[in-house]
Amino acid sequence: MTTDLAHPPARLLSVGDAAWTVEFGNGIDPAIHGRVLGFSSLLDTLSNDGRLEGVVEWVPTFRSVTVHFDPLRADAMTLHDLLAELADKSGSLSAAGCCWHIPVCFDASCAPDLDEVAAAKGMGREDVVRLMTETVFTVYMLGFLPGFPYLGGLPEALDMPRLATPRKVVPSRSIAIAGRMCAAYPWQSPGGWRLLGRTPVRLFDPANARRPALLTPGDQVVWQAIDTDTYEALDQECAAGRFDLSSLLKEGEAT
Amino acid sequence: MSAVVEVVDAGLAVSVQDRGRTGFRNIGVPVSGALDVVLMAAANALAGNPSEAAVLEVGLSGPSLKALSGTVRIGLAGEMGAQVVNTRGQVLKVAPWQTATLFPGDVIRVGGVSHGVGYVALSGGVQVPAQLGSRSTYLRAAIGGVQGRAPKAGDRLQCEAVRGDPWLEFRAQAPWHHETGPIRVILGPQEDHFTPQALETFLTRPYAVTRDMDRMGLRLEGDTLAHNEQGAEIVSDGVAPGTIQVPANGQPIVLMADCQTSGGYPKIATVIRADLPRLAHLRPGDELRFVAVSHAEAAAALREQVQRLADWVGAIQNFRPPGVIDEAALYGANLICGVVRGDEWALHGVDFTHYCGAQHV
Repeated sequence: MTTDLAHPPARLLSVGDAAWTVEFGNGIDPAIHGRVLGFSSLLDTLSNDGRLEGVVEWVPTFRSVTVHFDPLRADAMTLHDLLAELADKSGSLSAAGCCWHIPVCFDASCAPDLDEVAAAKGMGREDVVRLMTETVFTVYMLGFLPGFPYLGGLPEALDMPRLATPRKVVPSRSIAIAGRMCAAYPWQSPGGWRLLGRTPVRLFDPANARRPALLTPGDQVVWQAIDTDTYEALDQECAAGRFDLSSLLKEGEAT
Repeated sequence: MSAVVEVVDAGLAVSVQDRGRTGFRNIGVPVSGALDVVLMAAANALAGNPSEAAVLEVGLSGPSLKALSGTVRIGLAGEMGAQVVNTRGQVLKVAPWQTATLFPGDVIRVGGVSHGVGYVALSGGVQVPAQLGSRSTYLRAAIGGVQGRAPKAGDRLQCEAVRGDPWLEFRAQAPWHHETGPIRVILGPQEDHFTPQALETFLTRPYAVTRDMDRMGLRLEGDTLAHNEQGAEIVSDGVAPGTIQVPANGQPIVLMADCQTSGGYPKIATVIRADLPRLAHLRPGDELRFVAVSHAEAAAALREQVQRLADWVGAIQNFRPPGVIDEAALYGANLICGVVRGDEWALHGVDFTHYCGAQHV
């Protein structure tokens, strides 16, 4: 962890009587996110030492950390002052998570919006696939749905607004883009992002109590293109629980 | 000793809930849990359970449950009655806010909930496996509940057999009443994204509940809340049940137990803990008003509610329904005969301690 004394002070915002949001900035920015990771890491340490009485859990986002507490066990204003003090000295942490290489099928059957994105950006579909697979994405946060990762790092050449009318049904495990973000839908759900591919990998497993979500904020993700036959084979392996998720980890590549 | 009930009819909008699933919001898992934790605790208290044992939350109409093995005590909280059909075909009414004890073969048919949500507690709690630390059902990701879903006919739910006297029932001295008056909120986290006029409107004008409501959120309709120059979109940040987000159309949405963990609309205010249970009882067309309070006022309101609930639980009385003494005698004497008591015991509004207490208890 590095301590950066030049950073602006965090703002503390009320989320009712049982949570404070510690806000480090307004935008999507690696520097702001570094402070989010640094603050979360400090909370981890203090919590493990039993020094966060009444704090239930905290949720890191792009630019803030929401700290949920039990108002019967912690006084809101005392906790406010403690969090402000901690935010001031927690410093910044660069992404130091795992690096995952995750297979994605970019075939039209898995990627209903790929041709439209290519046409809108004046490039071929193989150019879109190349940009998607060459990029090293960073996990900023998980939210919206269990295990749903918001990935930063999408090249500007693929910057597209959300669909004007969101789909009622996005198939589970779709890889999607919106603005400068990329994401993967662990579950079938409605959604307005553009669908560029689909992974056979299960991104969330509630039966895995130790690590239900595959990805963690700070992790890096590289999509690896696979054909439809490979997709089908891997999908069956994953569905049967025979797929070894740790085989997706690329050691030594995390920065 | 464990007991088992079979779901004969699943009812409508029925799900297993407990206090909710905390510790996983950082990976996008909603808290879920009972919409009204006070009534959940009340149902559990009647059934003799810890306040946070898993219960069946009833959103529309209650389930029918048949005791298969063991003697099961059912506690009902909310404006929701039931009927017990015993093994001799007798139909016995069960009023809201009390218990009914099922012997193997007996069926309880829980009725519709006339107002908001109701809770059905089973002795020992509904013992579906906990997932990620909770038995609460979150349907979208198939977490918790009965194998990730709502109960359906044929499911067998495990609970605990009644310890102690199975001929005894329990009832509240009076129904639980939530507080009335405006819903109390703490402003923020993005009250600075609204015009002063919008803040004043929010805290003075009524908002009507629309039909667009579920365990995830509650859309309201009323005077438009205008955003200031900072606009109607933010980079997503954390939300909690009770958070009131306002999208570009200026109409507020109150987030509920199954809400997402983060959101990208400015959030004008958040309902305090003590008033969250009241949101579960709103119906389309109901009007609500908001009032801003301080953290200290919110904490005092929550402590007061906890105390009031403790008092309510402390006033629960036991009683023997009329006819039960005959039943005990019947079983004790091992007689088999036809009708040994009246066709029904109507428990609602009758002071049984007066009629039979001194004699039998």
